[in-house]
Amino acid sequence: MTGGAVSIGEAIAFWILGPLALAGGLAMVFARKAVHSALWLAQTMLCLGALYMVQQAPFLGFVQIIVYTGAIVMLFLFVVMLVGNESVDSVIEVLRGQRVAAALAGIGLAVLLVSMLGRAFAGVTAVGLLKINSTGGGNVANLGRLLYTDYLFPFELTSALLMTAAVGAMVFTFTERTKEGRLTQRERVEARIRGGRPSPLPGPGVFATMNSVATPALLPDGSVAPESLSELLESTDRDRLDVDVRSVVSAGAEPDARALRGPVSSAAADQEGQE
Amino acid sequence: MTPTEALLADDPLWLIILKVVVIFAFLMVMTLFMIWFERRVVGRMQQRPGPNRVGPFGLLQSLADGLKLAFKEDIMPAMADRGVYILAPIISAITAFAAFSVIPIGGEVSIFGEHTVLQVTDLPVGVLVVLAASSLGVYGIVLSGWASGSPYPLLGALRSAAQVISYEIALGLSIVAVVLYSGSLSTADIVAAQSRQWWFVFLLFPSFAVFCVSMVGETNRAPFDLPEAESELVGGFHTEYSSLKFALFFLAEYVNMVTVSAMATTLFLGGWHAPWPLGGGVLDRGWWGPVWFIGKLLAFLFVFVWLRGTLPRMRYDQFMALGWKVLVPGSLVWIVLVSGARALRGSAVTPGEILVVGGFLLVILLVVAFLLPQRQPEERTHEVRTAGSDYPLPPLDLVVPPPPPRRTAVGAGVSTAAASGPDGSTNGGQPARQEEGHGTT
Repeated sequence: MTGGAVSIGEAIAFWILGPLALAGGLAMVFARKAVHSALWLAQTMLCLGALYMVQQAPFLGFVQIIVYTGAIVMLFLFVVMLVGNESVDSVIEVLRGQRVAAALAGIGLAVLLVSMLGRAFAGVTAVGLLKINSTGGGNVANLGRLLYTDYLFPFELTSALLMTAAVGAMVFTFTERTKEGRLTQRERVEARIRGGRPSPLPGPGVFATMNSVATPALLPDGSVAPESLSELLESTDRDRLDVDVRSVVSAGAEPDARALRGPVSSAAADQEGQE
Repeated sequence: MTPTEALLADDPLWLIILKVVVIFAFLMVMTLFMIWFERRVVGRMQQRPGPNRVGPFGLLQSLADGLKLAFKEDIMPAMADRGVYILAPIISAITAFAAFSVIPIGGEVSIFGEHTVLQVTDLPVGVLVVLAASSLGVYGIVLSGWASGSPYPLLGALRSAAQVISYEIALGLSIVAVVLYSGSLSTADIVAAQSRQWWFVFLLFPSFAVFCVSMVGETNRAPFDLPEAESELVGGFHTEYSSLKFALFFLAEYVNMVTVSAMATTLFLGGWHAPWPLGGGVLDRGWWGPVWFIGKLLAFLFVFVWLRGTLPRMRYDQFMALGWKVLVPGSLVWIVLVSGARALRGSAVTPGEILVVGGFLLVILLVVAFLLPQRQPEERTHEVRTAGSDYPLPPLDLVVPPPPPRRTAVGAGVSTAAASGPDGSTNGGQPARQEEGHGTT
């Protein structure tokens, strides 16, 4: 079986897996949601892996599934999931001439692929893997031997390249958060104990007369505890809080000293009552 | 072609279907059994009986629970992505079952006159099948979290997937030494290699330890059950699932547990072979294989339950640090050692030379270690005292401070303060009469 003869099983597998892979690729391009795109890509990768297995390259097939489907497409999924469901692709061209360059590169790649495939179909005779798989320890052992003898240098070079890429990505990601900037747990404890206030800030006042967070807490001597008020409230414009205040001030009882503001004007109170 | 492959190659179709059905039934029964077993054993460890009402010893409890689960209402959240939501539990369950197809359960037997091996299939890359199945199983987790359309499952799924992916690396590295020693990736060959020499648990104990830790992490079980964390989170990635879809996730979790245990048995404990004194005897062939195999499997499953009953859950950063900073580098160093040992054994170096060179290196290492200046412990007088932990302690010479003198003056701003008693208590609005009553007590 050195020529191009195709067994029945292989033909059946091809005619099932091939269309599935093609459909996955097309659906990836046309899918609306990014997650669906990634899933279709995973289907294509799976089909390719299965096709490799059918063509007597079991190691390549499973590595394809583990590495491409299990790791790379999974990373795509991670990113896409975190980006969110509703995000839309931006149509603004950030880089000048990007589209033209992309179109040229795409056409170039297509020409390259077509010419390569054409040469493969026309000029190369298939050898088949049966012979190499049945000698010298089989598929995996032969692959390993080749990788660590003839192809040792390219193999190590590729791994060095990937390592550099990974380390570079880490460096770019973690420049902001160096160890010096962050407080350790011990330092935080000390800052808190020595900072004058080991306890949390006091909460707002009792809600007997008001249920607004703007009501300050009172100290035992009756004075206002300024720390009990949120800085956010302090910096908020007074008139932005008016609606809230009006909605909680009842028309009946007069607010006392603990209330946020003095007696409500009778007109406003009447208005409240009508509403 | 190995003898196992040769025996499997002429299996008729009915035999293959029979094996697949038996494996499926075995895994289903093991799941039902494991749920019961786990509840009983954890109950025993916590001084309570566990389920004991349905059937003898409560054995049918998980069957009853499973039936109840199937008849529950199937709820789908409004925000869910329909197709993916249904697809996710299916992926989880299928990959969990598929991994078991390469596990050798027994040796050569005769079924209805057909000589075969108790194994569905034997691939030259059998170990990779298990890894591939578990890496595809992550899809079930991630997709279920995303498709539920709610933030809690999404976060749970991300945690879970990060955990499975990082522990898969340690798992894969721990297998490398086994592959080096057995010279094959096929599970049947690995079992055969262990019957010729020692079990790999003795030869390659560090690999075994790494494999055991990472298989617990890989299956999201206690003490590494951070994605689910029943007592802290809602339920992780399957929060929004109910009825049969939830049952599929549950099934996948337990089948995964059985699969990694079977994998550990195959890789390190000699697979279906009998233990040492019986090895090679009449008790070590034919239908005795499944007996030994299931015995070893149950031992691993018991350890899973034991861990859950004993250990507290780890913190997430500790867990990730264990995986990436301990297990992965440790495995790499161990692989280098194993490869070095094998290379030396193949070469013409005598043990004496190895000892001399090793001793020389050791002396250099010790000298360097002694010559390095010792790091002085930092002076920490200015710091808050702690007892080993990072939390402050009160000083040893702590005296209880005297009670503050009672206030005599009352701050302004409270109108009723004037009504307080002559002792100047700050009871605010309390009537004076009660104040006096307090004063007498």
